[in-house]
Amino acid sequence: MGRNDGSVSKDRASQPASRAQVDGASAIPHPSPAILNYVLHLADNGLVLAQRLGEWVGKGPVLEEDIASTNVGLDLLGQARLWLAYAGDIDGRGEDELAYFRESADYRNLLLVEQPNGNYADTIARQYLFDQWHVLLLAELTASGDARIAAIAAKALTEVRYHVERSSGWVIRLGDGTELSHARMQAAIDASWMYTGEMFAVDAAERCLVDAGIAADAAALHAPWIAAVQSVFAEATLAVPADTWSQGNGGRGGKQGVHTEHLSRMLAEMQVLPRTYPDARW
Amino acid sequence: MSGEWPLWEIFIRSQHGLAHKHVGSLHAADAQMAVTNARDVYTRRNEGVSIWAVRSADIHASSPADRAALFEPSNDKVYRHPTFFPMPDEVKHI
Repeated sequence: MGRNDGSVSKDRASQPASRAQVDGASAIPHPSPAILNYVLHLADNGLVLAQRLGEWVGKGPVLEEDIASTNVGLDLLGQARLWLAYAGDIDGRGEDELAYFRESADYRNLLLVEQPNGNYADTIARQYLFDQWHVLLLAELTASGDARIAAIAAKALTEVRYHVERSSGWVIRLGDGTELSHARMQAAIDASWMYTGEMFAVDAAERCLVDAGIAADAAALHAPWIAAVQSVFAEATLAVPADTWSQGNGGRGGKQGVHTEHLSRMLAEMQVLPRTYPDARW
Repeated sequence: MSGEWPLWEIFIRSQHGLAHKHVGSLHAADAQMAVTNARDVYTRRNEGVSIWAVRSADIHASSPADRAALFEPSNDKVYRHPTFFPMPDEVKHI
């Protein structure tokens, strides 16, 4: 599953009939392992982050916030299901099988979304840094050459526009709040920053998809992302970390299945029930 | 100072409605948060297209003890209802 060694060119020769489906693109047969990995990357971001947000249910700092953040989690889970359904159509496995019967090495989510919830500032920092990237990415994906990717992205974009408005609002409230909230928000940002570099790293297989007009160019999202982040942080009186070192670069990140220790623990809890009773029906 | 956020009353107008209806209340630190929280708490099932949030402290209500004095006199003043002249058909749906 998911070979990143440029094997797309071999597939091109063996599936000539499906090239017609890719509008104006030169290289990618449809479907291909590279597209599968890309769609799984999009699905797993939503799935893992939804699971994390679900851990706040009943424990939110305020009732309204409890409802709001779980609403965001449900939105992300809904998007993940759409992506997983597409991945399942490419691959033959069902949504449940993809969600519950893959190991962490087969998950393709960003390292950022699997980080533990921490305190509420940690959760908001993770959410905002992800949402700001996610909204830019989805806007680009609505123009994807793959019709299904474009359709799912268009639906998700309306939800994610609200997510980024919400989370940026909280960054500003906590940052420009009391001394305690400011200190915690700054600490949360500093701790999450090293996971943000991966959002803009594009490996060779993904680069092929970008050139074929199917994937969005994540590297090109960095400039608008950092501009938006700087603007929100300025209003929140928070400092943008100066660190440039990034976890998950060099082809060994979440998108390649190299995860932090947190993911397998989270998946153990998420997957234990279907794995214990694989034939369960309800 | 209790440290609790102020209470807001929320009114939602549905897509096919003409008036905002009271749907409940919530706590929020300020007006923008009140509208956002109302969106998350009270419009989960596509209940509406417009939200009004008003601080509960700004709503003034009549006292139930005054109900007799305020409302009973209008019970038997039939001349206040415009029912004594026939309306031509053309005007009925103004």
